[in-house]
This record gives sequence, C-alpha cells and structure tokens, in this order.
Amino acid sequence: MNSPTTSGASCSVDPWQREAELADDAPVKLVKHSRLVLLLDRFAPPLAFAALLLVWEAVARLFGIPSFLLPAPSAIVQALLATPLPVWLGHIWATLRVALMGYALAILVSVPLAVGLASSRLLSRTLYPMLVVVQSTPVVAVAPIIVVTLGASDLPRVVITFLIAFFPIVVSTVTGLLATPDELVELSRSLRAGRTRAILHVRLPFALPYLFSALKISTTLAVVGAVVAEFVAAEKGLGFFIAFSTSFFKIPQAFAGLVVLVAISLILFRLVGLAQKVLAPWSLPKSER
Amino acid sequence: MPLDQPVIRFTDVGQSFPGGDGKPIVALDDLSFGIGRHEFVAVLGPSGCGKSTLLRLIAGLIRATSGKVEIFGQEVTEPRDEIGIVFQKPTLLPWFDVLGNVTFPMRHKYGFVSEVERQRARELLALVGLSDFAARRPEELSGGMQQRVAIARALLLDPDILLMDEPFSALDALTRDEMSFELLRIWTERPKTVLFITHSIPEALLLADRVIVMTPRPGRVREVLQVPLPRPRSMKTLEEPAFHELANHIRGELFSRPVAA
Repeated sequence: MNSPTTSGASCSVDPWQREAELADDAPVKLVKHSRLVLLLDRFAPPLAFAALLLVWEAVARLFGIPSFLLPAPSAIVQALLATPLPVWLGHIWATLRVALMGYALAILVSVPLAVGLASSRLLSRTLYPMLVVVQSTPVVAVAPIIVVTLGASDLPRVVITFLIAFFPIVVSTVTGLLATPDELVELSRSLRAGRTRAILHVRLPFALPYLFSALKISTTLAVVGAVVAEFVAAEKGLGFFIAFSTSFFKIPQAFAGLVVLVAISLILFRLVGLAQKVLAPWSLPKSER
Repeated sequence: MPLDQPVIRFTDVGQSFPGGDGKPIVALDDLSFGIGRHEFVAVLGPSGCGKSTLLRLIAGLIRATSGKVEIFGQEVTEPRDEIGIVFQKPTLLPWFDVLGNVTFPMRHKYGFVSEVERQRARELLALVGLSDFAARRPEELSGGMQQRVAIARALLLDPDILLMDEPFSALDALTRDEMSFELLRIWTERPKTVLFITHSIPEALLLADRVIVMTPRPGRVREVLQVPLPRPRSMKTLEEPAFHELANHIRGELFSRPVAA
C-alpha cells in the first residue's frame, strides 16, 4: 500500500485505512480522520472497562442491591484495602506456589509426552484415548478423592493443577510437531541426522508457536487448578480465602480475592507472552513483535 | 570410478503406492536411464507423472518397488552424503538468519558448525549473490532470494549430485528466468551432476544437456532428448530456431496422444 496516509499507521489491515484510500479528496482530511481513529483505538478498551464499572456501581446504588448479592465496585475496593497486605501476600504466595509448581509439572510432562505421541504411531494409538479419558473426567469432581489419597500437603494441590493444565499443552505441541513441512523432514532424513536431532533441530522449534499458545492458555488453567484444590482442602491461599469469605457472607471480600486472582492470571499470561517475545520472536506474527 | 560409468543409473525401476481401494497406484513404471558425471538433466512431465517420486528414489528417501536405482554403481538403500536437495519451496528455518540456514546441514548432521564451514557458507552466499544478506532473517527475503539460500544450503556439504524438485515453480515469471540463468552460472562455477525436475518446456531446454520426457501416470520415459544448444546459454538461446524446434517437438510428444495410460 502506497497511500500517503499509511506512514502514521502501524498496521496495514486497519479498516479505516482502506476507507481512506477509497476517498477521493486528499490527505488532509484523511490525517484528521486517522488521528481520531488512532485515539479511539488506544483508549476505547480502558474507556469501555471504566464505563462498565460505572454502570455496575450505578445499578448497585440505584437499586440498592445488598452487598451480599452483588457488591458495588467501590465496596470491593474497600474490602481489598481493608485486608492487610501481609495477609494478601500470604494467600497470594500459597496459590501462586501451587499454580506454578503444577504448571511446571504440566510442561515437564507434556512436552516429552507430545514428542512421544508425535513420533510413534503405536504410542499415539495407545495413549491418546487414555489422555482423552483423563481430560474428559471433571477434575473438580475428582479433586476431593485426590486430596484423600495424597494427604494434606501441597502434593494433591499440585497434582490437581497439573491435571487441569496439561492437556492443552500436549495437544498443541503434537499439532505443532506434526505441522513441520514435509520437505524439512526429508531434508533432515537426507542428511541422516538421526531422529533425536530431527526432533531437537527441526520439529520442536517448529512446534514453538503452538507450544507458546498452549502455555498462555495453561497459565489461566493453572490458577483455576490451584483455586479448585484450595476449595477442597487448604488453610491458606486465595481459593481458601474466597471460600472462607463467602461462608461468612463477606461477599465484597470474596470479590476482592477474585480481583487478585484475575490480576495473577493476567500477569502470568503476559509473562509467557513476554518470554515468547524474548526467546522466540520469530514465532510471533509480525504485528506482535 | 571409470569415467564412462553413469553417476545415476535407473534399471527397470517401478514404484507403486497402496491406493485407497486396495489396488496399488503405479507412479513409475519400467524406468531405465543413466546420467553422466557433471551432466545437467531435466526431467519434464505433466503433474502427477511421478517426477518427485523419481527424485526421492535417488535421494534414498523411498525405495523402489521393483528394479534398481544406483549411484556410482552402488544400489541406493538409504540417503547418501553425495546428494544435495533443493525443494519446490525454500523451506528455510525461520529461527535462523541466512547464514545459519546455509550452515544448517552441517549443524544438523554433525551437531556443530566449524569456522571452515562458516567461511564456506559465506563463499556460497557470494556465489548465489547474497553476500550482504548473511545476517538477515529468511522472511525479509523475496521468494527468489530465499530459493538462492536454499541452493547455497544444498551446496554446503559439497555434494556430487544436486537434485532440484521444481525449484523455481513457485516464483513469478520474471524471477524465474533470472534464476535459470543464475543456476547456469552457479553450475558453471561449481560443476555438479544435476537432476532438475520441471514442468516447463523452455526451462528444461534452457538448462539441460538432456531432457527426459515422461508420460502421465504411470510415469514412463517417453523420450530422452539431447539438447544440442551451445553453452554458455543466454537470453539469445531463447531466440534460436533450434530452441523452438525442440520446444515444439516436446509439445507434440506431450500432447499428441490421449492422456490416458
């Protein structure tokens, strides 16, 4: 695209740009138009979010909804501030520790498992149905059993987190490993480099974009897993905090715990994105580098 | 090795694959020919005549159902070191720069890249006209440039035989002509036995010493044609009457009979 208006734009797929090219009269008007759109583009998401909070607050106040049904945002913020920081940090650390350990275990198990499934038809035919059965089992329902079996420690919680987080990593990595272009597999074979190198040098790098997509999804799942585990059995952690607050009808406080959980999930998600940017920028689409 | 012995020899080679309905699909049938040292041979045929199968047989990536494929008098049973391959698509590795892609065969085969090979890779990049692009990423290069990198990559381990599977067919027409002359120049500077698969008659005639014309499925040799056009060939070659005669002759061969086997 050679339009004079493209210089200010960062991305060539913006719909306004095509519109701009279609207009007959000249850059001046177009630049104005684009500036407005750019501003809107940047500020629309936070504005929409703020508007949502305002509507929520207004509805809660106007209709006098009791805080144990739906607390207003202001009440949630109050509850957030009312709980002392060390208490928060204690709960956050408990949840984060379980989530990260389960997440790490999921990666350590899933990637080698995916390599095995992708390279052996026999293994794939044998294990895949089992994996699907495990995945189809509602982990929330199994969680109490796991806690009873594995006793009161971090172990059952880590296992529950693992069970919730691992499947997308396996499936995505297998897809990525199998998406390697045939020619490269043939190039590898023609060099007689061996299966190990074919996997390390060609297939695994090619699977990285898929792996990172799954790793992003699994951050959220890992937090879900940790919270589920804490609902079942824990005396610390944000899941425990929410369950505890709810049982005492301290709903704003439960919502405050929820806000913290969302923040943790977002940060972990962003961290994985950042890791991808630093470690394998080529695996991202050009617009996201 | 005696000089008169063919580098590549096919003896009654047949290749069939299991078909969907249980009946085998015959891709190649009764193929016999030889290719001499430093000869440039083009294999020309319509889509689906088993040209790529033929290339993969020489590369040792598949084994013939019947007959014998030999390289330097030895039957091909697995991939060999004497062979470099250029595929239809450049298939470069997006996580390496251009130099990393050219040295990839070394890294992949031996696990490390020596300084000697790195220097060799730089020379090869100069040979294909990409000296200034060693540190670029593949995606920053045009299709033609990417295919030049693929050619340099195929030459890294100094193979005696270069197998090219329609390497320019994904390029635009102008780049394609340019690349043909580039390939001739590279071949003159680094003589190799080249097997060049194509479905373009002008391309085959411009490049090759001999053209093997194949029939549609099952692929058989319809004719082996000497190309007596003088070298070095250039744009002028395309205007020679002999060039047109040969082209018309091949067209006649390919279209004179019904397509059914």
